[in-house]
Amino acid sequence: MRRKKVRYSEIIPNKSEWPIVKLSKYRKEFIDEVTRETYDHLVNSKNGSLREEIEMTIHREKLRMKANPWRVDPPDEKVYWKNIQARLLDINPDEKDKAEALEKELLIEIINRYTQEIAGNFKKSAYRFAQSFITFGFARLLNAARVKGLLSLFSRQLDLDDKVHVIGETEHIRTLAKKGTVVMVPTHFSNLDSILIGWAIQYLGLPPFIYGAGLNLFNIKILAYFMNSLGAYKVDRRKKNPIYLETLKTYSRNAIKKGCHSLFFPGGTRSRSGEIETNLRMGLLGTAIEAQRELYLNANENEEVRKVFIVPVVINYHFTLEAPSLIRDYLKRTGRERYYVEADEFSTSYKLGTFMFKFFTKGSDISVNIGRGTDILGNYVDSDGNSFDKNGNPINVKDYFLRDKKITFDAQREKEYVRVLSKRIVEEYHKYNRVFASHLVAFTAFKMLERQNPKLDLYHVLRLPDEDLILDYEEFKENYKKLRGRLEKIHKKGEVDMADHMKERATDSIEHGLQNVGLYHDQRPLIKKGDKIIVQDTNTLYYYHNRMNGYGLEKYI
Amino acid sequence: MAMGSKSTSEEVIGVIGAGSFGTAIANILAENNAKVVLYIRDPEKTKKIARERVSSGQKLHENIEVTNNLEEVPQQCEVIFPMVPSANFRDMIIKLAPHLRPYHVLIHGTKGFDLYVPKKQKINSNNPLTREHVKTISEVIKEETSVLRVGCLAGPNLARELDQRKPAATVVASHFDEVVKIGQRLLKNDRFMIYGSRDLIGIELCGVLKNIIAVGAGTIAGMDLGENAKSLFISRGLVEMVYIGKALGGNAQAFLGLAGVGDLIATCTSNLSRNFTVGFRLAKGESLENIIESMDEVAEGVKTINIVKQLADSYKVRCPITETLHRIIHNKMTIQGAHGYLMSFPFRAEIDFIDTPTED
Repeated sequence: MRRKKVRYSEIIPNKSEWPIVKLSKYRKEFIDEVTRETYDHLVNSKNGSLREEIEMTIHREKLRMKANPWRVDPPDEKVYWKNIQARLLDINPDEKDKAEALEKELLIEIINRYTQEIAGNFKKSAYRFAQSFITFGFARLLNAARVKGLLSLFSRQLDLDDKVHVIGETEHIRTLAKKGTVVMVPTHFSNLDSILIGWAIQYLGLPPFIYGAGLNLFNIKILAYFMNSLGAYKVDRRKKNPIYLETLKTYSRNAIKKGCHSLFFPGGTRSRSGEIETNLRMGLLGTAIEAQRELYLNANENEEVRKVFIVPVVINYHFTLEAPSLIRDYLKRTGRERYYVEADEFSTSYKLGTFMFKFFTKGSDISVNIGRGTDILGNYVDSDGNSFDKNGNPINVKDYFLRDKKITFDAQREKEYVRVLSKRIVEEYHKYNRVFASHLVAFTAFKMLERQNPKLDLYHVLRLPDEDLILDYEEFKENYKKLRGRLEKIHKKGEVDMADHMKERATDSIEHGLQNVGLYHDQRPLIKKGDKIIVQDTNTLYYYHNRMNGYGLEKYI
Repeated sequence: MAMGSKSTSEEVIGVIGAGSFGTAIANILAENNAKVVLYIRDPEKTKKIARERVSSGQKLHENIEVTNNLEEVPQQCEVIFPMVPSANFRDMIIKLAPHLRPYHVLIHGTKGFDLYVPKKQKINSNNPLTREHVKTISEVIKEETSVLRVGCLAGPNLARELDQRKPAATVVASHFDEVVKIGQRLLKNDRFMIYGSRDLIGIELCGVLKNIIAVGAGTIAGMDLGENAKSLFISRGLVEMVYIGKALGGNAQAFLGLAGVGDLIATCTSNLSRNFTVGFRLAKGESLENIIESMDEVAEGVKTINIVKQLADSYKVRCPITETLHRIIHNKMTIQGAHGYLMSFPFRAEIDFIDTPTED
């Protein structure tokens, strides 16, 4: 059965009206503005002396350059920081006024350098090219592999949207992008996500979003090209000094204020465990709230204020290329901050290329599930962008910032608001998580292993000998059906989504799951042999099983 | 400009519920603020109080205006103190919700749980009572309204003593520092101190759970078992509160503060406390029905015992005191029997919820 193809028109056909085009046209002005605001904020909120702040930054930068140099780092870095340090040492702290002026000058210079580093390099022409390359190029590959050999390179039978299913509230996000500024917050499982989302955005006819991409991705030339043309700005996770972080936040906040649709991966890095992320990064999410507050603050009494909308998106794969190294990372518990380990499946253009080829030419579908839009506190909005609380009462978002009838800024309050928002996003992730059979077979198999070895802890289960990794098919099927029944109940309540193939007969659905779970790994996690199910790789099985966490399914097996 | 004038702003403060604690808080607020609106549910009672200017035995401050119109409160006031019993709280907040906006600040003083089981559901061993059904009051507010800036009041605050202008202190807890500050600004005076806390759920749990122990302490006093026995009971009660509190999402620290141990001592040793009185009269041989009937205001402890007993079963928390009290109020055990049972109960280590430093 073929799906009916949907074509979305561009919501703003005139490209020079795209906020991102305007932003890149006035790039210099924008950089100056970010520099100025970052500077004001740092000077107003600093605790210690300016000198100490700069000294610490120099110190940390020197450490970083020594411990962790990257190909993308600018060649003049060392000289630059040496020069800053020398000038700082030259300042005589006894001449107070003069010293302060000089220190401030240095601070502005540093912020400006950081802003230049962060700022994206969006070019309309390059965007065009990347856009058609992804759509056209992959479609060719797809046809070549799926239809009938190389000749079909020029067939028009299959498109990328046969492979990647963009589903959910697609019309809603298009309307919201016209009414206000959209901040899209997808789950993050694979480095492929950013390209995929980039494609989905243009597929939906939305103007490009700006997006904070890890600087490490710019090490790979192919990716760097796409990133730049898709509106990415650079986030260097090695830099943790307050000056850099403040610059980054100001950049994001001001772009939102200017109406640039933005994309954050609020989980920060890719989910190591394979679980839907539950601990979201507060910093960038906070910029959406700050931007909304400042928009209200800068508006006149009865002026209509552009609203910021949060749109959660859940990406589902049968298969995550990086799963083996991610889960290894996770299990070592060194996790989280290991951005400097570059030896994973995405480390070179060649590896990436072969993967992309495999990925786009063989089976295994992907779904990009667009969630319903909310305001900056997670209240659902209707197609006019109006917010409503759980009981359907209308809400004016401005009211969240009022105290004594005036808009006030309270950092601690907004920190709490970010927590509220991030909790809501996680709830929405679970709702829009589209369960594939491959996730559920992995969950069923892993839970059975655990049940059969009740005395073993996780690490021992992962190290079970081969002879204990064999499951009876009939029993497996029974458990699978039980769990699927439970999922259907949760699905009816609207608390999870299920792929269409999940609704097939149990045997078929299991078959589908087994065929797809961890498809391209050297070692398939799960296979069927006669009347047995055999676990071949407990680590990746565990990884795919984690996807089903958070629904209380374990009670039903 | 007049220095030291406290009522510089024309802020109007709302209080919902004119029970003894609600009235006492309204009076304290009225000392600092030009105008306080006090909502009373019963129209007859409203008229009577407006006429006599006395509520729950306390004289009303001249800055207080009483009303029977619930809508008027959120319309006039940004900051509202709901002070109604837990059993009526959800109904009240549902009526209030359409008039509340995200700029409102609610600081409640209710010391009980909200129990809500949907009509279709039956609580049994397959579907045990859990935190899904039992909410703290701040959770109810967040469920039913768009207000996020929520706080609670808890501490040793016997209304009669507040009315007699005796010194006291309380805790205002909220996730929002601004709510704590608002609470402090509005309530603080030279005989009433306000502590702040960010542990909203922990502080709410303190206020709720201590009522169980207060009922028990009342029975001990009623049986005239002496101060040693009562102190033994209170200290074991505190440990039980911590266990239950942890299972319900609080942490141990709150229980060791003013809202925990502080409030516990006040309610367990004073015959001004309603919950204590329930226990006391039970021990004197009165029936629970009689006692409840004869009281003007709700003793939250009885309802709390019923809820916590079931929760403890669901979460498998050992709580011998709550269980025993549960048996007493359901006539499954006599008070004398209960006393014997608890004296022989094999308690474990005295305190094991605080990590003891290991020796190196």
